[in-house]
Amino acid sequence: MSLGSRALAVIEPVPLAPHDRGAERHGRARRRRKALAPYAMLTPLVLLILGFVAYPVLNVVYYSFQNYNVVEPFLNGFAGWSNYSTMFRHDPLFWTSLEFTAKWVFAEVFLQLVFGLVLALILNSAFRGRGIARALVFAPWAVSGVLTTTIWLLIYDPQAGLIGYLSDLGLTPHGFTILADTHTVFWAAILAELWRGLPFFAIILLADLQSIPSELIEAANCDGANAWTRFRYIVAPHLRDAVILSTLLRCVWEFNNVDLLYTLTNGGPGTETTTLPLYIARQAITEHNFGYGSALTMAGFVILLVFSIAYLKFSKFGASRGYAP
Amino acid sequence: MSAAPLGMTGELARRWERSRLYLWVPLGLFMLFTLVPFYWMIVFAFRPDGSTHPYPWPVTLANFKLVWNVLGFGVFFKNSVLVGVGTLVGVNVISALSGYALARFSFRGRGFLVVGLLCTQFVPGVMLLIPLFIIFRHLGLIDNLVALVIADTVFQLPLTTLLMSGFIRSVPVELEEAAMVDGCSRLKAFRAVTLPLLRPAFVAIGSFAFVGSWNNFLFALIFMNSQDHFTLPVGLDYTIGEFSVNFGALAAGGVLAAVPVVLVFAVVQRYLVQGLTVGAIKG
Repeated sequence: MSLGSRALAVIEPVPLAPHDRGAERHGRARRRRKALAPYAMLTPLVLLILGFVAYPVLNVVYYSFQNYNVVEPFLNGFAGWSNYSTMFRHDPLFWTSLEFTAKWVFAEVFLQLVFGLVLALILNSAFRGRGIARALVFAPWAVSGVLTTTIWLLIYDPQAGLIGYLSDLGLTPHGFTILADTHTVFWAAILAELWRGLPFFAIILLADLQSIPSELIEAANCDGANAWTRFRYIVAPHLRDAVILSTLLRCVWEFNNVDLLYTLTNGGPGTETTTLPLYIARQAITEHNFGYGSALTMAGFVILLVFSIAYLKFSKFGASRGYAP
Repeated sequence: MSAAPLGMTGELARRWERSRLYLWVPLGLFMLFTLVPFYWMIVFAFRPDGSTHPYPWPVTLANFKLVWNVLGFGVFFKNSVLVGVGTLVGVNVISALSGYALARFSFRGRGFLVVGLLCTQFVPGVMLLIPLFIIFRHLGLIDNLVALVIADTVFQLPLTTLLMSGFIRSVPVELEEAAMVDGCSRLKAFRAVTLPLLRPAFVAIGSFAFVGSWNNFLFALIFMNSQDHFTLPVGLDYTIGEFSVNFGALAAGGVLAAVPVVLVFAVVQRYLVQGLTVGAIKG
């Protein structure tokens, strides 16, 4: 799901409500009840977050120092750093999954950003039927990872799939299973995920494009700016923060999302397309090795945290707010 | 975008400019890329078994009858609707409550809460599969749809709360104050004045919540054991594994999973761009 897009709308600091003048006229008990009101309203939210996000996070820390395997309960108990030393020293799949995750996230976010920007620029110009065009090209936004897999399996099937037409044209050998070949599986998965992910950037960047004051564009036109100068000196600086934030959100999202790869390639052929979270999911689902899975999860947390902080620092998020270069 | 390609001058450049091919050609390519995969699934779903035509003719509903009655998609569909509606209600109610508190009160710990809510975005469900499974097992909710409603609600709430508080802030507080001067309690003022104005917010947030829950795969895969409690994504995954030869059935299941979200999307897509724009302007 591309729900992360919503953060853009709400990330601005919230101005506080004006001081409530009515309160001064009432007694102390009333005032105390008033002071408690926001806390009462927030109780369900806070309890749910504490119980089902904060507590599980602490659990992950705890389990990562335990031997905890549902299949081998007799070995359960304190493990010290052994899960971590296994991970760093004796588990080549940890390192290859990290390498693939980096490749996957970078390629996916880069392609989605570039094509999403182009699509947003197209959809921001005036033409007949723009509303229906938007609705149609944004449609994959609402499609789940499993449904994406379903759709692209129908395309990639060597016998019945659309790809069969490529074979008829002589572009690929007949009966070529694109998802079983280590050279093609990466790009096949990238294409499927790009299909689903492109609308995310297009929607966010289009929203931001529409918030450019039209006076700026008109003024630039008066000064004789052409399309490229307009883009370079008005549009690009205006989009800067939206691009930084949406790429970060998308990186985190693509890092964590396993639905598509789990169902399309299941990390294969072999372990060719196994991302770290997919590896974690497999530890939980098929190996039932909760202790080791938790240690892998900790690695994922730390990587995301360090990456996010470094990214925001390095990109100087929020540094430019003006339109001038 | 409207610049003529390099080296084009005079009449040629003007014709290029007027034809707007620089717009229509890439747009057409994007449309093909988006729509052909949908079309291809529909072809598979509606054409008879054994047909290899690139169009769904003669139309048959045999695939749908098979998946709905025999493969259990009728049950999966019902479960997905139940969990989706439960999540929609839970998310809307809780984010309205907490969004109102964030929008209208200043209180200790407010900034901390907002930062905390944003931080949860870096702690997604996949990473918490293991502890959540253990928690739900303690609560006796494994293989119970309630577990899915809870998990889906929790992971939507941080952003929907912030979004809802933005919507509530955009309703002038003076409206509520005027009602309170006229003798309404705060609750009554909220119900009579602000709530009706928040209808678009409830529609947008409800749609997000429904689509998010409808599409969630991993939670349902891990927290549900029996086929009676599968949701559509799990059912699809099951069909991919079990019936990899029967593409007609797979496609029909895919169409069933796609139709509701595409309908919801048709309703919300104009809020998507507009809602984000309003938020951006206010900053």
